Amino acid sequence: MANVLPRKEAARALMNQVGDQLIVCGLGSPVSDVSSTKDRDLNFYLVGAMGSAAPIGLGLALAQPERAVVVVTGDAELMMNVGILATIGIKQPHNLSILVFDNERFGETGGQMSHTAHGIDIAALAAACRFTQTAVVRQARELTAALERTHALAGPYLAVIKVDPERVPISIPIKDGVLCKGRFRKALLGTY
Amino acid sequence: MTDRSGPIGSPDDWRDRVFDAFERAGVEVFCYLPDAGLDSFIRRANTGNADRAIMLTTEEEGVGVCCGSWLGGKRAVLMIQSSGVGNCINTFSLVTNCRFPFFVLVTMRGEFGEGNPWQIPMGSTTQEMLELTGFTVFRATDPEDAVAMVSEGLKMAWRSDAAVAVLLSQRLLGAKDM
Repeated sequence: MANVLPRKEAARALMNQVGDQLIVCGLGSPVSDVSSTKDRDLNFYLVGAMGSAAPIGLGLALAQPERAVVVVTGDAELMMNVGILATIGIKQPHNLSILVFDNERFGETGGQMSHTAHGIDIAALAAACRFTQTAVVRQARELTAALERTHALAGPYLAVIKVDPERVPISIPIKDGVLCKGRFRKALLGTY
Repeated sequence: MTDRSGPIGSPDDWRDRVFDAFERAGVEVFCYLPDAGLDSFIRRANTGNADRAIMLTTEEEGVGVCCGSWLGGKRAVLMIQSSGVGNCINTFSLVTNCRFPFFVLVTMRGEFGEGNPWQIPMGSTTQEMLELTGFTVFRATDPEDAVAMVSEGLKMAWRSDAAVAVLLSQRLLGAKDM
């Protein structure tokens, strides 16, 4: 089996270098991965509306062109609305990066195999949709390079980070969407 | 297609006044999937700043894009046809759970004068579906209504953090001849 990264390790590496990036987390484990490592006001967490992480990232990136926006989501969450890759490809937001934590499973529903477990290549889909660079990450040093790239403002960029399929308990710091929206806007814009 | 309004682009065209209302309300981003009734709005959205018109592959993308835009401080609206409302239903939970200010302009199919039975199941339930998912809905059947409802609907969305839909009826737009 090809190498994969422990998802906790990937999350720690991501949040250790985060700086002032705006983060949008897709529902499920990515929320847990990111928030349990470093909860911060400039993280926006989805606990539903599956498929919306990348669309929110696009809207945010176009509204805040000076800021690096990072969407952290799962493979199945992205695949639910995969057409967004084409929409992003047209707009070419230079400040948008998508990091797909790809465990090749529907993690929240019992760990059923997902499309990527059957060879569907999300990085290739993104490349076909005119993302300026894509990567498939299986090693720690590749992860470091991918995370550096999210600061480059030379996107749209997408990295598939292959992570282990082990099921971990999910913890969600905020389920209240109004609160999550408000703290994000207050931190970014100074207003609710 | 029949049309009760003046020609597109003439100064008294109600469509121009609807679009003027968007601009007056500070809308900077227009997410859309086409419909014949949206054509003039799409054309105007595609003039000016290259980032202001966002063509979608499916309507639910636009829900996320509009909400993300507001997270970043910009006002965005969604412009779709009634069949696309059905595509958005689960994604509207983003709007209602986070109480995002949200405005959708819907051109109706599947009602007054419809010639395509495939449009009827969604078109005949669009208003109820929107109401069930938490929207305040205004339905315009004449040009003056359309201008007023869009103008006031935008105010309501952004002053009250409300989800507002304005439906442009087939009575207003004319049914596609098929």
